[in-house]
Amino acid sequence: MIDVQTKMAERALELLCLPEGQPCYLLDIGCGSGLSGDHLSESGHYWVGIDISSSMLDAALDRDTEGDLLLGDMGQGLPFKPGSFDGCISISAVQWLCNANKKTQIPAKRLYCFFTTLYSVLVRGARAILQLYPENSEQLELITTQATKAGFTGGVVVDYPNSARAKKFYLCLFSGPSTSLPKGLTENQDAEQATESAFTHQRLPHRTSRRAMVRKSREWVLEKKARRQRQGKEVRPNTQYTGRKRRPRF
Amino acid sequence: MKLLTHNLLTSHVRGVGPRGFPLRLQATEVRINPVEFNPDFVARMIPKVEWAALREAANTLQLGEVPTEPVEGYERDEAFLRKMHHVLLEVDVLEGTLQCPESGRLFPISRGIPNMLLNDDETES
Repeated sequence: MIDVQTKMAERALELLCLPEGQPCYLLDIGCGSGLSGDHLSESGHYWVGIDISSSMLDAALDRDTEGDLLLGDMGQGLPFKPGSFDGCISISAVQWLCNANKKTQIPAKRLYCFFTTLYSVLVRGARAILQLYPENSEQLELITTQATKAGFTGGVVVDYPNSARAKKFYLCLFSGPSTSLPKGLTENQDAEQATESAFTHQRLPHRTSRRAMVRKSREWVLEKKARRQRQGKEVRPNTQYTGRKRRPRF
Repeated sequence: MKLLTHNLLTSHVRGVGPRGFPLRLQATEVRINPVEFNPDFVARMIPKVEWAALREAANTLQLGEVPTEPVEGYERDEAFLRKMHHVLLEVDVLEGTLQCPESGRLFPISRGIPNMLLNDDETES
């Protein structure tokens, strides 16, 4: 039974697209007790984890993780030299930046500070894959806006969008030139699902018949009144005055 | 905390900027951990290392002579890579402090974990 966190760490590492067989130096944001970090170590990478909870970090120490741990608040900025890391992952942590724990904290400012420092500590062309649980679309938009302001390109990859249980959001940020966004996972990978509706010309005969009618002419007025009567709306009875030419000053 | 991590850490106190590097290391407890030698990784990290800061940290911990700069053709020099591997990855600072060179602010290290949490008046945000 593989832990959910480990599965997400696996997927995040996959999305990072690091060069094959090369050990890299990675940053794990919100590393917690080091579950995701362990997966990085198993894949042959070296990592540094940062977390705001000292109790979670103590648990990581007890589990004897290989990466270095830091006690810090990501919203205060990442305390590293520019170009330190070959990549960054985060599992279920970034959404916490949207909660203001104190009155003095503004989520947008904390997000901006986080993303600008993240952009700087990553090597040029490196990626940051942040798995998060956004509360609503406004929160996701706030996060992506601040990331864009910091200079990142990329977007959100959604895995299993149709399953309430398995749906996962990965914010994929690229610090180099724009590359295409990887595809999200779906339930049946083999079947070519038709996601677009087929286009029909069924409404066209009705449209072409009305093209002959000049707008505002008597014929057009009568057709409009007949249409509204078919719709069940109240229409005045047609008389000899219906749609007659009025004086120009009308 | 390994010396490789120390070499990449800076102070993010408000207003300090690039003058916040390197953090002055003071250690009261150090441990040597055997770590599997990976020549590829060490060779890739060599260009990122700030040598003056590394020498200063190694001297404080009394680790012996650290080369001033990488040897020509270090990728193939296994003895050099093994020495750097030992210094960067096998030395673990368990207790001590890190000091910001500009503001003098102290970051304590406990059980190998540096505490980089800033107070409200010290943060940029």
